[in-house]
Amino acid sequence: MTEEKIRVLIAKPGLDGHDRGAKVIARALRDAGMEVIYTGLRQTPEMIVEAALQEDVQVIGLSILSGAHMALVPRVIELMQAEGLDDVLLLVGGIIPDEDVSALVDMGVSGVFGPGTNTEAIARHIQTTLAAAHS
Amino acid sequence: MTADHTLVQSVLGGDRRALARLITRVENQAPGAFDAVSLLYPHTGHAYLVGITGAPGTGKSTVVNAYTRSLRAAGFTVAIVAVDPSSPFSGGAVLGDRIRMTELAGDRGVFIRSMASRGSLGGLAAAIGDVVRVLDAAGFDYVLIETVGAGQSEVDIARMAYTTVVVDAPGMGDDVQAIKAGILEIADILVVNKADRPGVKNTVRTLRAMLDLGHRLRTVGHHSAVVIQPGAPPAEQVYDFWDVPILETIATEAAGLDTLREVVEQHRAHLQESGTLADRERERVVSELSTRLRDTLLARLLDQRAPDVIEDVIRRMVARELDPGSAVRELINGR
Ligand SMILES: Nc1nc2c(ncn2[C@@H]2O[C@H](COP(=O)(O)OP(=O)(O)OP(=O)(O)O)[C@@H](O)[C@H]2O)c(=O)[nH]1
Ligand SMILES: [Mg+2]
Repeated sequence: MTEEKIRVLIAKPGLDGHDRGAKVIARALRDAGMEVIYTGLRQTPEMIVEAALQEDVQVIGLSILSGAHMALVPRVIELMQAEGLDDVLLLVGGIIPDEDVSALVDMGVSGVFGPGTNTEAIARHIQTTLAAAHS
Repeated sequence: MTADHTLVQSVLGGDRRALARLITRVENQAPGAFDAVSLLYPHTGHAYLVGITGAPGTGKSTVVNAYTRSLRAAGFTVAIVAVDPSSPFSGGAVLGDRIRMTELAGDRGVFIRSMASRGSLGGLAAAIGDVVRVLDAAGFDYVLIETVGAGQSEVDIARMAYTTVVVDAPGMGDDVQAIKAGILEIADILVVNKADRPGVKNTVRTLRAMLDLGHRLRTVGHHSAVVIQPGAPPAEQVYDFWDVPILETIATEAAGLDTLREVVEQHRAHLQESGTLADRERERVVSELSTRLRDTLLARLLDQRAPDVIEDVIRRMVARELDPGSAVRELINGR
């Protein structure tokens, strides 16, 4: 009877008002069989981490187009640690310069995906990373 | 102590992370979650359960957001369960109700959980029932359950709530659908949201006419018959009806939501004074017991019979060699 689903929170921090990309990802992950909680625009790091805690997600996906990733991501990670969400996968999507990608990965981001990324590749990344963490 | 015992203790102690994790285990019907719910059961019964349902896009989540703010201002803590359908194709879901509830972020007196329907036949109401019980045991004063009014499962979920609020809006063109879904029949309170839009009066009038067609005065006794003995003096209780009110709200401006809070309170008082709350609780327990018994016995039986035995019964039924009644007898007693 046990029925487990991968639960993902997709959030759009920062002040820019475009969430087309975030919605495309949300739908793609749904089509890959995941339950996606979509929280909408202009989320603060506090709101994102609180929602992730209440929803007990295994994955947080941040869509950041504003260029503020080097400020937002460390704050999200700090709050995740404070709430004991260290085992939650953190993914970042958006326009991220190459030099920042490695900095984000060093901070603990599990994957960084640019605008053109194949959505199936993101779903696969989530599935394989979670499967590896469970074994 | 098992991991689930520890989780239960943490939930009772107000640990929000433990609460979130236990809800997941209950939702997944994970081994051990069953015991966790039994441990929590003695701690339930405090929360007042309100169902909020209606057609897609009528503003249910926005109403829940504004209603919750009103409840918080009045000093109550609130848990919200927002249910959206799963995709029948992939089994996944996009759960978007939180978008309308960002004003509640950062408030420790509020806990919001999104749930996918997961399409398990009849299982949804059972899973939500357990999730609601966990939130109840965690000590929230109100548990609000948002569902999209679409069919039988909403009716089952409404049966679980003490007060069911049905949300409509002008210009949805779904008034007829609403009756079809039997949704008006489950309403204790009707809300016409988006009262800032043209056509509100029309929607209110239509709903009132529909209520007058037979649903307006609802016997509070539900299935327990109202008996009027010949010659007996008219007793107050016999004529104790709840007149389904129609409220107008503009949820985006939080207009009319204090009234909704007060009317839910009135309905609650009405249920208590008329004794209906106890009736409803009994009815809910009976219906839950029978559903669970049926599901469990069915699962156990199917587990014990080899698939080819069942397949053979089905084949003979299709061939008209075996009637359904005899098929059941054969599956239970053997051939
Ligand atoms: N004009 C107006 N718009 C409203 C009002 N309440 C909600 N809305 C808008 O109606 C749309 C749908 O609102 P939701 O609260 O998401 O509706 P819902 O019934 O929860 O939708 P589903 O969960 O998808 O079925 C949003 O764009 C809201 O901003 C209102 O009182 N007036
Ligand atoms: Mg909604």
